[in-house]
Amino acid sequence: MVKHGKKRFRGTVPLTVLTDGDRIKDVAVVGAGVTGMSAALTLAESGYSADVFEKEEDPGGHVGAWHSLFPGGESARDLMAGFRQELVSRGIRIRTGTEVTAVDRSNGYYTLQTTGGEPEKFRSVLVSTGYRLFDASRKEEYGFGVYPYVITSAELEKRLEQGDRALLVGGMEPGKVAFVHCVGSRDSKAGNLYCSRVCCITGVKQAIAVKELYPDCEVLNFYMDLRMYGVGYEELYQKAQEHHGIQFIRGRVSEAAPTRSGAIQVKAEDTLLGVPLKTEVDWLVLLVGMEPADGTARITGSLDIDRDSSGFLRGKQSMVKPWAAESRGIFIAGACCGPATVPESVTQGRAAAVSVVQYLSGKA
Amino acid sequence: MEQTNRTGTWRTYQENIADDHYYYVRSCIRQTFFPGSEAALLNILRNELGKDVMDDPRHTSCSGIGYHSDIVPLPTIMTVVARQFALMTETGYRNFLVSCVTSFGIYNEILHLWEHHPETLEKTRDFLWKATKREFTIPENVVHTSDIVHKFRKEIFSRSKYSLVHQSDKMPLRIAEHVGCHYAKIFPDKGVGGAEFPRVLTDMIECWGGEVVDYPERRHCCGFGFRQYIIRENRGYPLANTRKKMESLAPYQPDMIVANCPGCSMFMDKWQYTIGEMEGRTFGPEGRGIPVLTYEELAGLVLGYDPWDLGLQMHQVDAEPLLMKMGYDYSPSRKYLSAEGKYLGKPMVPDYCCL
Repeated sequence: MVKHGKKRFRGTVPLTVLTDGDRIKDVAVVGAGVTGMSAALTLAESGYSADVFEKEEDPGGHVGAWHSLFPGGESARDLMAGFRQELVSRGIRIRTGTEVTAVDRSNGYYTLQTTGGEPEKFRSVLVSTGYRLFDASRKEEYGFGVYPYVITSAELEKRLEQGDRALLVGGMEPGKVAFVHCVGSRDSKAGNLYCSRVCCITGVKQAIAVKELYPDCEVLNFYMDLRMYGVGYEELYQKAQEHHGIQFIRGRVSEAAPTRSGAIQVKAEDTLLGVPLKTEVDWLVLLVGMEPADGTARITGSLDIDRDSSGFLRGKQSMVKPWAAESRGIFIAGACCGPATVPESVTQGRAAAVSVVQYLSGKA
Repeated sequence: MEQTNRTGTWRTYQENIADDHYYYVRSCIRQTFFPGSEAALLNILRNELGKDVMDDPRHTSCSGIGYHSDIVPLPTIMTVVARQFALMTETGYRNFLVSCVTSFGIYNEILHLWEHHPETLEKTRDFLWKATKREFTIPENVVHTSDIVHKFRKEIFSRSKYSLVHQSDKMPLRIAEHVGCHYAKIFPDKGVGGAEFPRVLTDMIECWGGEVVDYPERRHCCGFGFRQYIIRENRGYPLANTRKKMESLAPYQPDMIVANCPGCSMFMDKWQYTIGEMEGRTFGPEGRGIPVLTYEELAGLVLGYDPWDLGLQMHQVDAEPLLMKMGYDYSPSRKYLSAEGKYLGKPMVPDYCCL
């Protein structure tokens, strides 16, 4: 199968000791997104071969299904191809389609139960289970799952793979597209008080992508605050306004409803002008936030790992060693610890892997 | 527009509604504007479905209109509500059946307040005892009457004499529905279908053969909101809300509108006349307006009740076009007769109306 032009990993190279339940292996990496793959590469560079478990059929996590990356617009496909090449060159096997269902500690090692067969024992475990996207249907007022022209940022990203066919409506180019920021983030009604951090810049990036595909299309962004904290983010935001004419309206959308023509009627308040606003758009894109992945709690339940009030994992020393959990030999990295960008996830994965190496070599 | 997965969105909101033995509290305004609605409901529940309903003349207004107008303070309305519950307790009932959507919101709000601030419950018990020497238990079940009709919609249809179908072409009647704001917008889990895509009226319409019209301002308030309505200077605001809704739904050419809130039904019915007087325009084909019915009246029509016993002659917008579409067997000449058969006189027809 070819997905986004990349080869699918199936873990076709078997481990030599898979059936030897008594052997204690060095390290298991749970989750093969950019964090887990980066960690596995660092471990390999240090002479340790990790068993990398990935529940999906493809490695890469959410980034693997992305079109382009902010702020520079790099191709996610190229990024994945780079990872694949490095993994192959290092001889790293990813056991795709294999979910870790439980991790138990006994006698100084960790036993992993997986959907792949017999329990396996490891001296250390690096948890990089990532996140799940907020289920936009929980924000009923936006009509996701009800109206077909209300989509999430993740779905738009897949559609962008289709080039100028991405957002056609009845074969016609869209006349107006609106983005809604903070869907499921900073929202006490949704139970998520935290900021998902990447949605603001994703909205800017996707708005530009729509405008580049359809220069005559009017593009709106409804936001609470725009948090352009990263290098290059503010510049992209400025470019979106000044070069592409994208409108940024400070106000939350109160509801979306269909019209007779098939468009989506959006009601909001422009809080800067202090006026209610109503407009019709062809597409409404919901910038969905991040939530702790379902599997994270399941596999960390029996381990001594702190979690914050939102359910993200928290290290023993969150300031200086955020990757080290309370239990010795357990390490955490990436978006399972909170919303993170690709470079942040890569950095965390590599930093955690260095600590794993130190732990295995008895230096930590 | 194609719509998908609606049922999935609503399913989680289905609530547990008591089967029988209800203590019934009436609406303050419904009996004035739609006098047959509550009588029809009691008849349906008691005589059609064999349910036990206590209609207690001792109960009062919930005082919600005063509360939402900042006239009645919170401790007062809590005590009024406590008295209603005390009457229910004294008569041996545990299921509280509320006719008014505003009251339904009030009861849920106060129960929520008592749950989260138990000291207010104790204070209210004290107030009630000092004022009336009464005590009360919290109802096991608080439901709106539209919930009950929703629950028994299939049983009602099994006894039906008419369905919501055009007799001429057997096509479903197109019906716009409006659910009162205080039904589920305050507590989405207390309404059938929740706040955004409520099922409570939709399911009735579809069960009885009609087709629901989804119009862009479906969720918009009718404008009744007490403070702006009661203060004359603000009255243009609620009128503008009703006008917005009517303009939104009219292009879909619905055969009727059904609402589950006394105030909404009144506004959407009577302010079609007001808009006509102010702007000389009417909604609906032939300039006759779009009939607005309560869900009890709609149930009564499905069951074949005499439209004048249901009180449809009290509506601002004539219901006759709807009755014709349904192929209803009724006596037009009885419309302006009293219960004793005395002719009460016929209202004038506005000159902008094309009747």
